[in-house]
Amino acid sequence: MAILLRDLLRHSPEFRIGAVLLAFVLLLSVLASFSPYPPESVYVVPPDVPPSLTYWFGTTSRGQDVFWQLSFAIRNTLLFGCTVALISRLFALVIGLISGYKGGWIDRALMSVNDTFIVIPLLPILVLFYFVMRDRISWLMLALIMACFGWAYDARLIRSVVMSLKAREFTQTSLFSGMSTRQILTEEHLPYVMPIVFSTTMNNMVWSIGLEVTLAVLGFTDINTPTIGGMIYWANQHTAMVAGIWWWIAFPTITVVMAFIGLFLLALSANAYIDPRSRLWSVGEAS
Amino acid sequence: MSGYLAYVGRRLGQFLLVVFIGVNIAYVVTHASPIDPVEQSISAVTSFGNTSPGAIEQMRNSLRELYGLSGTPVEQYLLFWKRILRADFGPSMSAFPTPVGTLIGRALPWTAGLLAVSTIVAWGLGNLLGGLAGYYRQSRGLKLMGVIAMGLHPIPYYILAMLLLIVFGFLWPVLPISGGSAMNLPQTWTPEFVLSVLQHAILPALSLILIGMGSWFLGMRSLVSNVLAEDFVVYAELAGVRSWRILTSYVMRNALVPQVTGLAMSLGGIFNGAVITEKVFGYPGLGSLLVDAVYAGDYGLVLGVTTISILGVSIGVLAIDLLYPLLDPRVKVS
Repeated sequence: MAILLRDLLRHSPEFRIGAVLLAFVLLLSVLASFSPYPPESVYVVPPDVPPSLTYWFGTTSRGQDVFWQLSFAIRNTLLFGCTVALISRLFALVIGLISGYKGGWIDRALMSVNDTFIVIPLLPILVLFYFVMRDRISWLMLALIMACFGWAYDARLIRSVVMSLKAREFTQTSLFSGMSTRQILTEEHLPYVMPIVFSTTMNNMVWSIGLEVTLAVLGFTDINTPTIGGMIYWANQHTAMVAGIWWWIAFPTITVVMAFIGLFLLALSANAYIDPRSRLWSVGEAS
Repeated sequence: MSGYLAYVGRRLGQFLLVVFIGVNIAYVVTHASPIDPVEQSISAVTSFGNTSPGAIEQMRNSLRELYGLSGTPVEQYLLFWKRILRADFGPSMSAFPTPVGTLIGRALPWTAGLLAVSTIVAWGLGNLLGGLAGYYRQSRGLKLMGVIAMGLHPIPYYILAMLLLIVFGFLWPVLPISGGSAMNLPQTWTPEFVLSVLQHAILPALSLILIGMGSWFLGMRSLVSNVLAEDFVVYAELAGVRSWRILTSYVMRNALVPQVTGLAMSLGGIFNGAVITEKVFGYPGLGSLLVDAVYAGDYGLVLGVTTISILGVSIGVLAIDLLYPLLDPRVKVS
């Protein structure tokens, strides 16, 4: 693990930039634990103060300190992304492993369903979901329903890796030595699949956080839990741009864009590292 | 030829499966809710004043009928399908008594036009530039473009649309930021109207293109650098084929195949982007219709837009799938 990180830091500029961006964002989210104000309180500081030494990122029209509000928001947003990614990884792993290893009609059936989930436009369905749930929609419920939709593309990737693993000799050896399908998949194939699971986790987080921001900005989520999209929603409700309270929109936007680019670059460099051709190429160029 | 027919058959089957699963998801989502949409509509109406209990009962029954909530679950399910197959979602609550179908029909051309143009431009331009960037690795301009693509691609559509809105709406107001055409023009095919439509489409299309292009650029660049190492490219180079010809008919021709599959796969995501972009710029398409319907509490309209979106996207995917054999002749043989 340490060697892997060292190699990535040394040879991949994408990884370096991504790690720095994400470190900033993570630091901000950790600071939420030291906030002097509870996240839900309003009118705890004077409203509409521009960024200054006392209020680093200014204050909102609702009398909240943008800095502390932002640290809660980015923490919740990242947690949301991690939850969706974790749950959907389970789906993707199970379906990808089984589909790739079993082949035949099981593979065809699973991949048909899989392709359906890739294609279906999710935003209208999530909006419909909000429409029927209204105020009862919760953070966890939204994470669960997104996880139910977010596994398909990655299951396909995992399947393709397992298909090539299946053709290799060690699979035959373990089959003849009497291992069950479950054992072969979890003990023999899973270690080879894990790098892909890690790199898709980050892409999946970019995807789910993007959707969450979109829904929250429209007010289609639980708007009382501070998230990045929720902050922009409240800023829009108070017409912050027109009123000149630019810091209310600018800082959440900059933070979430940093998170997106950081995660994406990490995924990109991880992908390049997994692919031996591009790994050789990048190491060769650097030395 | 029989290979091609089998391929078309498989794709058609997949299309039907997408529509079937999509409609079932819509059904489950609407019917699994703990909140009764009928009671919600009634409480919204009755909160404005006193209504006699008899009138409320009558309203409850007619709304149940309208929402397809009367009868046993099996009947409800069959009714749900019947309405979708006949594209009959009843009258809209927020624009009563206009049928939902009419509202959707009015919005559909705007979305389809915006989506088609921006997707084709983003895909074409992204692949062309990505192909060049993969082939001419040393070019500084193309390297810079790669960096920009990496920075733009992961940003959600909403954020980029909002940034464009701030730049061209507040800081440098040169382009119209809201609506589909100028308000004072009749919607007929006059040059002024067409010009106004194009002008209003620039910003929404630009935000879709900028984000979309990034992923095609990056994808094509890495595909091309993989194809470059293939024997047939080395052979063509040794045989003295001109480099432009190698790039277009040897390298990019082969690298385009997975990009077409990628386009079919990401159509749903692009549609999501169009929905939100339309809302940001007040574009009169399906996205604005959907969001406004939620704010207005218009059940039939929300359901209608959702099912039409599922149908529309799967038709788009089917169209791409059917064009695919033109690019990849292996499909016809197998």
